[in-house]
Amino acid sequence: MNARHIQTTIEDHQVAKLAAFAIALHMIEAVIPSPLPGVKPGIANIITLFVLYQYGFATAAWVSILRVFASNLLLGQFLSPTFALSLGGASLSLGILWLAMRLPKHYFGPVSLSILAAFGHIAGQLIIVRLWLIPHAGISYLIPIFATAALFFGLINGLITARLITSK
Amino acid sequence: MCNFLRLNNPLTRYLRLGDYLLILMSIIGILWLFNNLWSNEQAAKVQIRQGETIVGTYGLNQTREIQVKGPIGTNTISISNGRARFSKSPCRNQYCIHQGWLNRAGQAAICLPNQISLELIGGTKPYDSLTY
Repeated sequence: MNARHIQTTIEDHQVAKLAAFAIALHMIEAVIPSPLPGVKPGIANIITLFVLYQYGFATAAWVSILRVFASNLLLGQFLSPTFALSLGGASLSLGILWLAMRLPKHYFGPVSLSILAAFGHIAGQLIIVRLWLIPHAGISYLIPIFATAALFFGLINGLITARLITSK
Repeated sequence: MCNFLRLNNPLTRYLRLGDYLLILMSIIGILWLFNNLWSNEQAAKVQIRQGETIVGTYGLNQTREIQVKGPIGTNTISISNGRARFSKSPCRNQYCIHQGWLNRAGQAAICLPNQISLELIGGTKPYDSLTY
């Protein structure tokens, strides 16, 4: 057999391992019922944030995007609207993290980044909903609820991340 | 005692000055959103759309049934006592019917299969006088 060998680096293995953690958390979350579609704890973001602090932005982006693709493949939602929402949320969230990581570290800890990332997630999803799924003002009613959930879960995920980082 | 609290309370342990500021600003922002998007204003008119076109805007102070044609059939929209609703729809899931009566400004109902939507408009929409 003339199989082509793909060279993998230690970094690739690291990304794969971290993404696996994030995928596992995403799977756990998928079975938790939610009162409103879109309101979710987003515990997989703890991994993204942890990786951002420990390995830098590039690794965090890899882990986050891999998580979106793999989780949606596993849940049978690949290329469905849910997948588009997932990808849109993760992309905007990463963009915001890329900016937010430049905030002075002395004043802004992981909790700030986590809350901003959560707002990014919800904003990315709402933009896709508005542009593609429901091109209509009807969903504006839900925005305050989504924002409240983002603040709440962003705070909790941020505290967990802060704990993970300091305990290491 | 104070020392004990500081060390064990995750809020004081992991939050920095900027974090507190961000949380405070987020709360203010969310309150602003609630205030602006959850209007309790009574609606005055209903705007009906089919696809890209506005079928019409009707005052809610009347009792009336409006038929709107879409790609899969005709929807009936009822207006009465300052409220509006979808009352008949050819679609399979009937989500639009289940939304029931709408009476507040900003509320909306859509029938996606037939591309028809209702949006309630308050008396104070800024371009009101220009359009009608």
